Amino acid sequence: MYTTDLSGKQQADKIAEDPALVAAFEARVANDDFIEPKDWMPEAYRKTLVRQISQHAHSEIVGMLPEGNWITRAPNLRRKAILLAKVQDEGGHGLYLYCAAETLGTSRQQMIEALHSGKAKYSTIFNYPTLTWADIGAIGWLVDGAAIMNQVPLQRTSYGPYARAMVRICKEESFHQRQGYEIMMALCAGTKDQKRMAQDALDRWWWPSLMMFGPPDDNSPNTAQSIRWRIKRETNDELRQKFVDVTVPQAEAIGLKVPDPALSWNDARGHYDFGDIDWDEFYAVVRGEGLVAKERMTARIQAWEDGAWVREAAQAHAMKREAAKLAAE
Amino acid sequence: MAKASTLFTYALRLGDDSLIIGQRLSEWCGHAPTIEVDLSLANVALDQIGQATHFLALAGAIEGKGRDADALAFKRDVLDFTNCLLVEQPNGDFAQTIARQFLFSHYQALLFGELAQSKDERFAAIAAKAAKEVAYHANLASDWVVRLGDGTDESRTRMDQGLQWMWRFVDELFVMDEVDAAAQKAGVGVDKAALRAAWDQRIDGVLNDATLARPASRRPALGGRKGHHSEHLGHVLSEMQFLQRAYPGAVW
Ligand SMILES: [Fe+2]
Ligand SMILES: [Fe+2]
Repeated sequence: MYTTDLSGKQQADKIAEDPALVAAFEARVANDDFIEPKDWMPEAYRKTLVRQISQHAHSEIVGMLPEGNWITRAPNLRRKAILLAKVQDEGGHGLYLYCAAETLGTSRQQMIEALHSGKAKYSTIFNYPTLTWADIGAIGWLVDGAAIMNQVPLQRTSYGPYARAMVRICKEESFHQRQGYEIMMALCAGTKDQKRMAQDALDRWWWPSLMMFGPPDDNSPNTAQSIRWRIKRETNDELRQKFVDVTVPQAEAIGLKVPDPALSWNDARGHYDFGDIDWDEFYAVVRGEGLVAKERMTARIQAWEDGAWVREAAQAHAMKREAAKLAAE
Repeated sequence: MAKASTLFTYALRLGDDSLIIGQRLSEWCGHAPTIEVDLSLANVALDQIGQATHFLALAGAIEGKGRDADALAFKRDVLDFTNCLLVEQPNGDFAQTIARQFLFSHYQALLFGELAQSKDERFAAIAAKAAKEVAYHANLASDWVVRLGDGTDESRTRMDQGLQWMWRFVDELFVMDEVDAAAQKAGVGVDKAALRAAWDQRIDGVLNDATLARPASRRPALGGRKGHHSEHLGHVLSEMQFLQRAYPGAVW
């Protein structure tokens, strides 16, 4: 997930904090109050949030690349406009999230540098390539679909600016999910070649989508703390199960086969059972070994470096104008 | 009353201009200097794709041979594309993209302002909506010309080079050939030649703010309206049309 904790076990916080402040903070969080930027908060809470929100922002921005890859090749004008608007929305999400993270005292520049140096993570899903037009459908349907599963509960996350950003973002993500599914529907109602494309996209994106929810709960060291702080509201496995339960019937409805021989409805549980996830692959992608991880980072770094003179010029110009204004007063 | 073939070509040219610059701008998506710039370029691209869709649909309707906007966008080759040479020019660096947008958006703003008064309500309606969009594009591009021109030494050099690249394609925007003349005579089209003075004034005003010199006049590069393009358009089309060409008859 964009927000899945991809770091290892966090160091216990070394700073001694006033127990009365900590207790008051914990009580507010337990009471579902929003914590606002000016409120006192434990350092570990702040750090966890900066890590999570900036990772989420990076995921939105890096996530523009696999889909941006198809804007110039979209099959008709309507699809081109929808995709362009969608990728633009993702950029907007990145922007709100960087702003939310900045309220915690870390600048956008610092966050971007952390991304480019490899210190900060982004969702593993964007290190898989988009090979055919069907991948654009699969990403909207599955990746945005998974994002919604994760982000709907975050609308009630304890940090106010993050929760409010999520409200806005969730609305747009559900459009994206529907538009993606609609691409898949059109392909599945199309020619043999189109159906093949659609099935192949599901085959490739299914497991990486399940991995987006992060490691299983028994191997997710920071989940308990995050849930107690209401930064997170459901566990990785709970969200993953929800996603499978919702998505499998959608695949069946358009004649696609989910690539999991172990998948079956379990009446007793009221859920689908599904096969084992290849966690070795997941951790390899987290380490930066995804097929197109190098391409993604190279593209981001190049855009940033190529744009440096533009940012400098804008700043220099603003300063000149400011100076001229002062001189005129 | 203008001939249908005249109005078809007239609508096609408007649609092709918007389509090709929209396609060019969308190449930036995900690669711009800041997120804010990325969003604003995508906005302009979206408006242009929207205008293209309307004008090409109108062209198809006038033609009456069952070609819709997609058929016109995705199933014609270079010789049948009628966009001006300016819009197909490569993005280059950000300054080159801005130079192209600056020159083109001010032209579009003046053009659509007039076209909104067209006797043909179909053209007038599309132009009236588009006029608001392109007025915003012209402002956006002008602001960047000023920032880059009056920014750092590097940005100034790049802005100047961007304008130098694009300037030879300016005259083509205002050429009135037989199609334009016939459309204008019928009260449908615009006297583009008459827009030139206002365009010059707008451009010079912004260049002045930007402390940039106006590039020297030179022999104009022409041909786009008749399908005689630069080498760039073929590559733009081969990318844009790939799916429609590879899977004929498929519905997406
Ligand atoms: Fe998003
Ligand atoms: Fe999305």
